[in-house]
Amino acid sequence: MQQAEQIVVIEAKNLTKKFGNFVANDDLTFQVLSGEIFGFLGANGAGKTTTMRILCGLSTPTSGEISVAGYDVYTETEKIKRNIGYMSQKFSLYEDITMYENIRLFGGIYGLSRRTIRRRADELMEKLELKHARNMLISSFPLGWKQKLAFSIAIIHDPKLVFLDEPTSGVDPITRRQFWDLIYEASFNGITIFVTTHYMDEAEYCDRVSIMVDGRIEALDTPRKLKLRYDAEDMNEVFLKIARA
Amino acid sequence: MKRFIGFVKKEFLHIFRDVRTMLILFGMPVAQILLFGYIVTNELKDIRIAIYDQSKDHVTREITDKICSSRFFILDRTLSNINDVESIFKEGNVKEVIIFEPDFAKKLEKEGTAGIQILADASDANTANLIVQYTSAIIRIYIFQKMRMDKTPMQIIPEARMMYNEEMKGVYMFVPGIMAMILVLISAMMTSISIAREKELGTMEILLASPLKPIQIVLGKVTPYVVLSFINAVSIILLGNFVFHVPVAGSVVLLMAESILYIFLALSIGLWISTIAKTQQMAMFISLFSLMLPTILLSGFIFPIDNMPDILQWFSALMPPRWFIIIIKSIMLKGNGFIYIWKETLILFLMILFFIGLSIKNFKIRLE
Repeated sequence: MQQAEQIVVIEAKNLTKKFGNFVANDDLTFQVLSGEIFGFLGANGAGKTTTMRILCGLSTPTSGEISVAGYDVYTETEKIKRNIGYMSQKFSLYEDITMYENIRLFGGIYGLSRRTIRRRADELMEKLELKHARNMLISSFPLGWKQKLAFSIAIIHDPKLVFLDEPTSGVDPITRRQFWDLIYEASFNGITIFVTTHYMDEAEYCDRVSIMVDGRIEALDTPRKLKLRYDAEDMNEVFLKIARA
Repeated sequence: MKRFIGFVKKEFLHIFRDVRTMLILFGMPVAQILLFGYIVTNELKDIRIAIYDQSKDHVTREITDKICSSRFFILDRTLSNINDVESIFKEGNVKEVIIFEPDFAKKLEKEGTAGIQILADASDANTANLIVQYTSAIIRIYIFQKMRMDKTPMQIIPEARMMYNEEMKGVYMFVPGIMAMILVLISAMMTSISIAREKELGTMEILLASPLKPIQIVLGKVTPYVVLSFINAVSIILLGNFVFHVPVAGSVVLLMAESILYIFLALSIGLWISTIAKTQQMAMFISLFSLMLPTILLSGFIFPIDNMPDILQWFSALMPPRWFIIIIKSIMLKGNGFIYIWKETLILFLMILFFIGLSIKNFKIRLE
């Protein structure tokens, strides 16, 4: 998505994270721009989750200059947390309370007023066509609903930026497609998306993609340019070529 | 603050939605106390007794008849020598020896008072206590009826002696013991499980990535259990009092304050467990092994600490319930004030600091 003015939402310079002798993130430098859908790819263990945790303020980097939404990850994690949404790999709503109670809880945690929560909840249920399920326990929802709901709740406070950690793992192709419709809509509304995924077809949906191998970013560009550069038909081929190199 | 309240609300919802949790929370204390209570206060039946009658007159015979015709006691033998008492108890069949003083009837009718000695085998403290109570009651009823007929005031003074366990340890022990066990179980186990659950389901990540501060998350998880544990503590005391007539001799306020302190200790243990347990199952396992068994075996709840080998006595000193049991027994049964229990209180307090410190340390390591 091309924007008139390109505001930098995530700025990472020489981000390094070590666990003892093991280097999980080796000197990463990248920018994520406002409104962009940024795909963060890599094999299991490449270090994606570590980076994401640092950017979310869940973990401190060993070295590097990193700012998220304009705030420093060493000193201003509080402010970062207020301005981001986060949806983790594992499904992350409370199963034993109802949909509305989940919405109310997270709305409350992000400091929305009661009236705003009620309004957003109505909008959200309308959009997802889940009005009838307002007082149903989440445990009775099919996985597709849960996933969409979790995403909607992750952006209920209208964050500048939302982190999605493999949000579509284990979901059928149709639901994945619907899920990406939601991502596009959020992006259209100005929310920057930072998403990790295993599915290479999903990488095609991103504005820009970074591919990580063994803790380093090996490639970072738009899917189209990456395919050109690596002379590949699709992102899957790009990924394999980079990972094997 | 609003964030926090919303979070606490959700925590209560978790508890109220889960039937099993509710059962554990409220069913267990009631079931335990009734169970233990009734086992401890089981009715007397066919207790074998011996009688050493130095007077052998109509009154002693009438009393003996009364006692033996009650369905509680069976006359095993009559003694003719005081020295037989020792050996008869050692045999173990006879649980009670009743001794009438010489010239019993004469003294009673002339001087209006006579002495009777009740010896009970208190190696089973609870039974011994009941035996003495029942025997005294029978004698009281007898003398009451006799006074009505003879229209002269008289009294029999029963002098009870507990053989082998003079202090009657074990009596009324179950209320303090169960309280110590239930509170530590519910507070520590339930908190550790509920925190481990957040970790297991991945919701802990979401919470940590939210504007909630870690301390708010922890307090939010813990608050409902403080409230519910406190309700439990109160209901255990009430049950003990109304159903089993366990007295609260001392200050109720002090008792409550000490209970809250102990609840906090249990919660800090729960917190600590949750920092080392990754799954709910693990949290439950650690809680059960590190809390429930030691509470039952080592705290003095069921087995007297004095009878333990030295090394176990040392272990016992590390068990929080041990100190709490001393505290509540002291308040409930002896009616003691704070001066008598400040040492134990201090120990509980230090234990809280220890576990919270340990939890913070573990928590920081986990976040790197």
